[in-house]
Amino acid sequence: MSLLEVKNLEVSFALRHGDLVALNDVSFTLDKRERLGVVGESGAGKSVTGFAVINLISKPGRISKGEILFDGQRLDQLSEKEMREIRGNRISMIFQDPMMTLNPVLTIGTQMVETLKAHRKISTQEAREIAISKLELVHIPSPERRLTQYPHEFSGGMRQRIIIAIALITEPAIIIADEPTTALDVTIQAEIMDLLTELCNSQDMGLMLITHDLGVVAEVTERVLVMYAGKIIENAKTADLVANPMHPYTKGLMNALPGHGTCDRDNRLQQIPGSMPNLTEIAPGCSFHPRCDFCQDICKETAPELRKIAGSGDRLVSCHFPVGEQVQ
Amino acid sequence: MNGPIVEIDNLVKYFDISGGFLEQLQFKSGKIQLHKTEVKAVNGVSLEIAQGETLAVVGESGCGKSTLARTVMGLYPPTSGSVVYRGERIDTLSARQMLPYRQRMQMIFQDPYASLNPRKSVRQTLEEPLRFHRKKITAVEVDERLSEVMEQVGVNPAWRHRFPHEFSGGQRQRIAIARALVIDPEFIVADEPVSALDVSIQAQILNLLMDAQDQRGLTYLFITHDLSVVRHVATRVAVMYLGTLCELASTGGLYATPYHPYTRALLSAIPRVDGKKRKHIKLPGEIPTPINLPSGCVFHGRCIHADDRCKREIPQLLSVSDSSGTRVACHGIAEGRI
Repeated sequence: MSLLEVKNLEVSFALRHGDLVALNDVSFTLDKRERLGVVGESGAGKSVTGFAVINLISKPGRISKGEILFDGQRLDQLSEKEMREIRGNRISMIFQDPMMTLNPVLTIGTQMVETLKAHRKISTQEAREIAISKLELVHIPSPERRLTQYPHEFSGGMRQRIIIAIALITEPAIIIADEPTTALDVTIQAEIMDLLTELCNSQDMGLMLITHDLGVVAEVTERVLVMYAGKIIENAKTADLVANPMHPYTKGLMNALPGHGTCDRDNRLQQIPGSMPNLTEIAPGCSFHPRCDFCQDICKETAPELRKIAGSGDRLVSCHFPVGEQVQ
Repeated sequence: MNGPIVEIDNLVKYFDISGGFLEQLQFKSGKIQLHKTEVKAVNGVSLEIAQGETLAVVGESGCGKSTLARTVMGLYPPTSGSVVYRGERIDTLSARQMLPYRQRMQMIFQDPYASLNPRKSVRQTLEEPLRFHRKKITAVEVDERLSEVMEQVGVNPAWRHRFPHEFSGGQRQRIAIARALVIDPEFIVADEPVSALDVSIQAQILNLLMDAQDQRGLTYLFITHDLSVVRHVATRVAVMYLGTLCELASTGGLYATPYHPYTRALLSAIPRVDGKKRKHIKLPGEIPTPINLPSGCVFHGRCIHADDRCKREIPQLLSVSDSSGTRVACHGIAEGRI
């Protein structure tokens, strides 16, 4: 059994004109030590997926269908009090902007100790020692001295390390990282990516990495979910997906990346026409069909199922005509 | 090869952040002194931008790339050094004298949500520069010009009465580009024009910028932190670190053989999708503050090759020995140590 199993998850927001379905039939699993990427453009539903797992969908939104199983426990049925035992303790979350996440008027020591004491009966002295060990784990030099400093005394990369240290402090089984490197410069991004990979292995954690950056996904994760307009449209091993994307959207996304494949000034970037639909105006049939080069009549009428593709291992693709599928 | 369109010589831009008179007072060895605090954003950058090329300036946040662009545009007066546009020094001109140059130089900004006035329709946004620079233009001509430029950037001219909030991010950036193109400039400074956009939209905008360049023979100064974008659009690349230029090379040359240790680290850090695992070069330490610049080479504190000379002496931008035409500011490269 997987550590985390999400089955047919649907999240909808009750609006004046009826329900807006933000996530539609999302299923995936995450194992111990596994690094899972969730990739897509803005509005695809990546972050909502992350929030839904730890039950942080706020009104008017709700989980309207499906199950979330963590260690055999139904997270979607827990009360808020029970959920608090899990959230920030067994499942931690890292957000994009390290300056927004840390409290600017408390020292980082206070913030780390506070997190630990919220979840465990422990003396302040013990908590401090654990905090120091976690700061060492994320490679912050002279952690004892650093504990007494405030967030503004750290650089952006250091702050993100501290956020990671806080997420680690309760020794969680899963970390959900929502765009953890987007606000950082490339050299610092590279350090944080290396750190996250290293920690998954040394701390036995599962990582759910939510990002819009295919490059980051390719470097960090082992398996990847590609999302489009609230649905998973491709679920594959990262290496397979990168070598051979099968959904036309994934393929378009890869081709649109500058600096990938045939890249120089003489080659125009291949572009996907149009932009992602607003969730209120999703086309019938396959939600990608208005932008798809391979669109046929069936795509305009019937939404494709997320299905196994013969001869491509355990890959799932939601398309009537996946790129490179062998037709029998 | 055409002559340079813009020549930047030893450009320096400091920002005074010391605040009011009382905040500048400091008590030192028994005396009260006035103390100024300055952010040294750009320190002696010299560049030439040739007609028809795309010169990309890359670097991490705080390296002074946007300040450089804005100083070239005349939005900031330089602290010292000069900006020469087609043989004419423009950094000392008055606002009135600058007017003819403003028609020839335009700017595109990063965030199309912030750079378009939400209370102006597309039509108002686009006709303002036209009416300002061409006083005698007739209403019919304005109309024709707007249709033409909207067509070119891929926004339906029938939407000219709409307001920015009715457009998506990609379409807004197209309108911002149309605003820059509407008075037929020859030189465009694009400050992170695609950083705020999604990948599929980013490709559309990059293609649009490159098409406009082909059709109109534009020259771009392209500011970005994204090295993959640079590789795609630029003909030459200038790498900046802490307000100084460390490497200036043709795009092909830079990606084939990066010389400066910082450029190497920067290139190794780009996440790639080809599935091969690469070692990232780790830079020890943090970027120093531009208020107190390190002595000598600004990069010496984070460079594994640094020696005593690097700590004392500021390296000059020198050509490397191969035929690539790359110029590097590094003692180690000049001495053949690296």
